[in-house]
Amino acid sequence: MKTLASLFKKNIREYGMLIALVMIMVFFQWKTGGILMKPINITNLVLQNSYIIIMALGMLIVIVAGWIDLSVGSVAAVIGAVAAVLMVRLDVNWVVTFMISLLAGALIGAFQGYWIAYAKIPAFIVTLAGMLVFRGLTLVILNGEAVGPFPVGFQKLSSGFIPDFFNYDGLHLTTIVIGGLLSIILIFMDIKNRKNQQKYGFDVTPFYFFIIKNIVITGAIMGLCFLMASYKGLPNVLVILVILIAFYGFITSKTTLGRRIYAMGGNEKAARLSGVNSPRLLFYTFVNMGVLSALAGMIVAARLNVATPKAGDGFELDVIAACYIGGASASGGIGKIIGAVVGAFLIGVMNNGMSILGIGIDWQQAIKGLVLLLAVYFDVYNKNKSI
Amino acid sequence: MSDVILEMRNITKEFPGVTALKNVSFSVRRGEIHALVGENGAGKSTLMEVLSGVHPYGSYSGDIYFEGKECQFRDITQSEAVGLVIIHQELALIPFLSIAENLFLGNERAKNGIIDWNKTISDAEALLKKVGLKESHSTLITNMGVGKQQQVEIAKALAKEVRLLILDEPTASLNESDSEKLLELLLQLKENGISSILISHKIGEVSKVADSITILRDGATIETLDCAKETITEDRIIRGMVGRDLTHRFPERKSNIGETIFEIRDWNVYHPLHTDRKVSDNINISVRRGEVVGISGLMGSGRTELAMSIFGEAYGTNISGTAYKNGEEIDISTIEKAISNGIAYATEDRKAYGLILIDQIKDNITLANLDAVAGHGVINEPQEMTVTGEYRDKLGIKCSSILQLARNLSGGNQQKVVLSKWLFANPEILFLDEPTRGIDVGAKYEIYTIINQLASEGKGIFLISSELPEILGICDRIYVMREGKIVAEMQSSEATQEKVMKYILTNKR
Repeated sequence: MKTLASLFKKNIREYGMLIALVMIMVFFQWKTGGILMKPINITNLVLQNSYIIIMALGMLIVIVAGWIDLSVGSVAAVIGAVAAVLMVRLDVNWVVTFMISLLAGALIGAFQGYWIAYAKIPAFIVTLAGMLVFRGLTLVILNGEAVGPFPVGFQKLSSGFIPDFFNYDGLHLTTIVIGGLLSIILIFMDIKNRKNQQKYGFDVTPFYFFIIKNIVITGAIMGLCFLMASYKGLPNVLVILVILIAFYGFITSKTTLGRRIYAMGGNEKAARLSGVNSPRLLFYTFVNMGVLSALAGMIVAARLNVATPKAGDGFELDVIAACYIGGASASGGIGKIIGAVVGAFLIGVMNNGMSILGIGIDWQQAIKGLVLLLAVYFDVYNKNKSI
Repeated sequence: MSDVILEMRNITKEFPGVTALKNVSFSVRRGEIHALVGENGAGKSTLMEVLSGVHPYGSYSGDIYFEGKECQFRDITQSEAVGLVIIHQELALIPFLSIAENLFLGNERAKNGIIDWNKTISDAEALLKKVGLKESHSTLITNMGVGKQQQVEIAKALAKEVRLLILDEPTASLNESDSEKLLELLLQLKENGISSILISHKIGEVSKVADSITILRDGATIETLDCAKETITEDRIIRGMVGRDLTHRFPERKSNIGETIFEIRDWNVYHPLHTDRKVSDNINISVRRGEVVGISGLMGSGRTELAMSIFGEAYGTNISGTAYKNGEEIDISTIEKAISNGIAYATEDRKAYGLILIDQIKDNITLANLDAVAGHGVINEPQEMTVTGEYRDKLGIKCSSILQLARNLSGGNQQKVVLSKWLFANPEILFLDEPTRGIDVGAKYEIYTIINQLASEGKGIFLISSELPEILGICDRIYVMREGKIVAEMQSSEATQEKVMKYILTNKR
């Protein structure tokens, strides 16, 4: 079975981190005596890591474009502060606040993007400066105090759950229905894609592999939905996350915009000589990062129900680590959205699992660092082998 | 001491799915220049990689004897230790270090890790004298031309007490006079008892300096010619390389020239950093439909700079002048505008400026005209696969699949990908900058055929080339550039190599 062997070889690289994530989950499930996969903990896991994942989506694009953004933690903090002051001190409606905050995030991104794309200052330096500037502004805006609590509507952004339309006892049926619909859509899309490939006469993966893949994906989605349904249903934040992941996954893999970003990260000069307007593309990459940081900042604030000067401290490291663990290349041009998401979950599960086991924050840091190193080594090793 | 310095016996090297070398035997006599020729992919580089230990002992079968001793190199340091030095096509010099620092890189004149600068400098100067390079030892590599860098590479090899020097395409990026100098230097080293292996696609220089010529084809030795015994003509070598008679090195073409399609008037360009230096000085050039116009000149005469400044001001500052297409003035101030006006520029440096090496062939081909395979910004991947597959077949790109990464292709095939990209953008005016640099005779012929095909479709083509036979062979009209100016224009029917060369060189500073 040469095909099976080569299929496995190819997939170990494609799904390597996914397999690692599953193994780590199994490990913690065993070590924590089943606490990890309890509905309430799974819900917590999603809530705790949502903002890391949201920022990782933007960071992945920044990294693919060939740069880095160190300021995301500070940007999240300053936007949280802005939102808090607007709502608590100035009594602005929370929906309006939400919009203004996203706009503020875009402006911050545009500010940094201008220096990077047009003034040609390396992103590392610009965003290092941004990290200090926006952390400082956070303190200024908040006067060094914690500001809260927020209107209920704003809190729901992070701690709310989608409403149940069925009122069935003990199980959140809407969640299961949504999970079922999502599974059907995914299967349908995969079949369409496969048919399309066959129509054009391209090699497709063996049929049994196709079946297994879809069963695994459907199983994972439905399993997760049942777990969630037996607690409070789908958190609002998870719905936002799924939509964002699907959106950015689509942009990066299917659109001309995405293709041009990969080309720019792979070889900026060649891309420019092929008509890619790389300064503009880079500018908008950072605007996008600013908006996503702003969204993450609001979710953090909503979750804690208070904006603090220390919010988002050190987030940038988790976010960047998530991208690299997910297979992004530090030299640009390589990386996938789904990889960054898996990377972020991997970090999240480790944080969560180690906390349940009572491992101190000191050792957690050290272990996470080693995992990052190992993951990237695994990636580099595989790449070298395949050439 | 025996007469033979190197002997490789029955070398077989396999890569997954491909046999790169089949039972190749190859020997070099002491004190000769031995040329190794063959088309791209014939196995020349692989053979040299086996020799120098890039492919370690055990990954190939066969035996290597150097100076009569069997060698089992595990890496390059071991082969360099016995005096085998390879100079690669892509030079391995550090741009922001001085000549002296580069010469002894990894081989420092030092005691206990502390560099002895006096010895470094005096040794460096001795080496520079040996290779005839008139530069200070403290000159930074980045401030020198490619020709001089090549000389530094050779001096670096001499610093390692080289006994057999291997040069991979040393003159590929050199102009005629620098190539001459380099070949002179090889002959001079031969006088001093240093043997060399010269890999080259330039048949002319091979027949000029080589004592023997070994021809590889499809991973096997075809023959070894002894230049002392018989006179070897260029055609004789080409016949061995391609396995057929190339009666015509340039395909026949019937010119069918129409109206002027594109014209540049009073074009002035200044250097981007030294803004008082003019790199294009009052240039007026034009091309007609179906016409191939050659731009000849030395490297550094401003040919690439001119083409890139026209292509959306991709080079230079303070650009002034006007561009006309079909008699109407057009705006070509950005690359996007130039492309949408039907202009294409295929670069001379395909790795740095032409390709996204880590991307697939198909991604590279569609990059300049992505919207043609997309609707509302969404790429239609099956359609993309189909059209790029058509270009692969049309231009004969040899690859396992169009999903293969561009970096894994040979030079000729990479060039075809670059050409495919610009053909896919459907331009009317093409600037082809050294389109056949570093590629083999067979692939060159294919590129010429493509150029002819484009001309017959009514496109206007500017061909920038350092090879005079190429300019004379396929162009209808020729411009000669020198120091940023057009110094001559002639029909190719009235041009000869000597005549063009005279314009290229006279009034040299």
